[in-house]
Amino acid sequence: MTRTIELRQIAHARAGDKGNRSNVSVFAYDPKDFPLIMAQVTPSYIKSQFGHLLRGGIQRFPLPQLHGINLVMDEALGGGVNESLNLDSHGKSWSFLILSLPIELDQETSLGSDRNTT
Amino acid sequence: MSQNGTYRIGTGAGFSSDRLDPAIDLVKRGQLNTIIFECVGERTLAFGHRDRAANPNLGYNALLETRLRALLPLCQAHGTRLITNMGVANPDAAAQLTVRIAQELGLSGLRIAAVTGDDVRTLIHDESPLHEPSCTVAETGRSILGANAYLGADAIIPALEDDAHVVITGRVADPSLFLAPIMHHFNWTTDDWTRLGAGTLVGHLMECAAQVTGGYFADPGFKSVPNLAYVGFPLAEVSSNGDAVITKLPGTGGLVSTQTVKEQMLYEVHDPSAYLTPDVKADFSSVEISDVGNDRVRVSNAGGTTRPNDLKVTVAFDGGYLAEAEVSYAGPGAVQRATLAGDIVRDRIRNVHGVHLPCRTDLVGLNAIHELEASRDSDIRDVRLRAVLRCNDRKAAEALLWEVEALLCCGPAGGGGYRGQIDPSVLTYSTFLDRKHVSSETEILTV
Repeated sequence: MTRTIELRQIAHARAGDKGNRSNVSVFAYDPKDFPLIMAQVTPSYIKSQFGHLLRGGIQRFPLPQLHGINLVMDEALGGGVNESLNLDSHGKSWSFLILSLPIELDQETSLGSDRNTT
Repeated sequence: MSQNGTYRIGTGAGFSSDRLDPAIDLVKRGQLNTIIFECVGERTLAFGHRDRAANPNLGYNALLETRLRALLPLCQAHGTRLITNMGVANPDAAAQLTVRIAQELGLSGLRIAAVTGDDVRTLIHDESPLHEPSCTVAETGRSILGANAYLGADAIIPALEDDAHVVITGRVADPSLFLAPIMHHFNWTTDDWTRLGAGTLVGHLMECAAQVTGGYFADPGFKSVPNLAYVGFPLAEVSSNGDAVITKLPGTGGLVSTQTVKEQMLYEVHDPSAYLTPDVKADFSSVEISDVGNDRVRVSNAGGTTRPNDLKVTVAFDGGYLAEAEVSYAGPGAVQRATLAGDIVRDRIRNVHGVHLPCRTDLVGLNAIHELEASRDSDIRDVRLRAVLRCNDRKAAEALLWEVEALLCCGPAGGGGYRGQIDPSVLTYSTFLDRKHVSSETEILTV
């Protein structure tokens, strides 16, 4: 048995942009949940979920002492603020795109910071 | 002014349109050595060049006069130095305006510095290589509005050595605006890479003002921020080794927590171990962040190695026009009616107006931003059709607005609330120049 939560239940995030590259930092609210983020918030999983928008390569930089990761996503802003026709041409809301990632949990997994598990 | 040997530096603006009241409060109550107003982005700089081309006395930040009328008397009364890049594309004109403002306010004994040298337009030619996309200037087929190198802290320090009370620059790397007065105060040398890395971390955390004190952070139900409407701007207490406490004034809204500081540390950062500025290759990968209570967060353990030899240069080009037009559909069938309206606009832009550029239509409220699959039989009952087009020909931009407005009578039932806007568009690309070709100059004006 597994259950699914959104990443937002266990992590907070911030988006930044440089040209057509977006970066989203993701931090566990509770250090206990950091291994879950390391295990599941991977470039390949993000690409499989949001490849329509995040068209290029994705790099991940872990910062274990801060219980966070930095995701650097190329060709992720529709050409960047120069060319994008997206209403959010800076990708300010890309943090919440990443926070909507489904995270799979074993039924018995207890979370450090589980805020409204469905 | 300094307490326990720390240097007190505040942020008065984190972008060109930032608020004024938190800056006034910081100078009044913050016992600051220096306040920084960071007001330049790549696009604001491009628009500054456009303004200057139209009028050689313009090209600086539009809020400069409003800000300095309020701040100059307070900064003089409190002994606080003011450093800003509000000169944007015309620091000399901004400094002359600052002199006039000071005179009109009856101030005297002020030394106002204009720092120039970032304008490298004459060093950019048709064959200059651009990055992302990789092409030459000539291959863009567009006209250059301006080209500016990112200057470093070393461009500002001569003004500080000359006892300037106000320093006005054009393009300077954002953290360098903060690093310069910290370096000058503690007599750090320009090759003290570890301390320069630490000072760069302070600058990076502070440069976006409220983004480290609870702005760009609140997520109701998950991350709550007290009194966000009156969020205070940040204040850093910097120690001689570069460690710092990030805080804000008592009684202001917002919060400074390990969460706000962590998020801001990685804002617009790629590899945290290699954050490049004109001053240093800073290393944030081992930074320690600890809450010491009462909206006070200590940061330590940043590092750094030798600065890059090349300076980043932003080259701005005329980008034609961005046309956007919107109309709303509400009630039963709103999504279906708005979808039909979007199909009509794309059809007519292409087949009636002969415009073959990408014309995008979105349903705002359904899937406009994240472009996720949304069910077209969704029962969402309040959506806004948005049509958007980039073009070099103003007639094409006007056609888009015309077609969306014409939906009111000719389109699906119940469309209302039309708005349309045509904005001049700029394109910005990066290149690099060996720093030996770029030199800064400082001119001091006195009142």
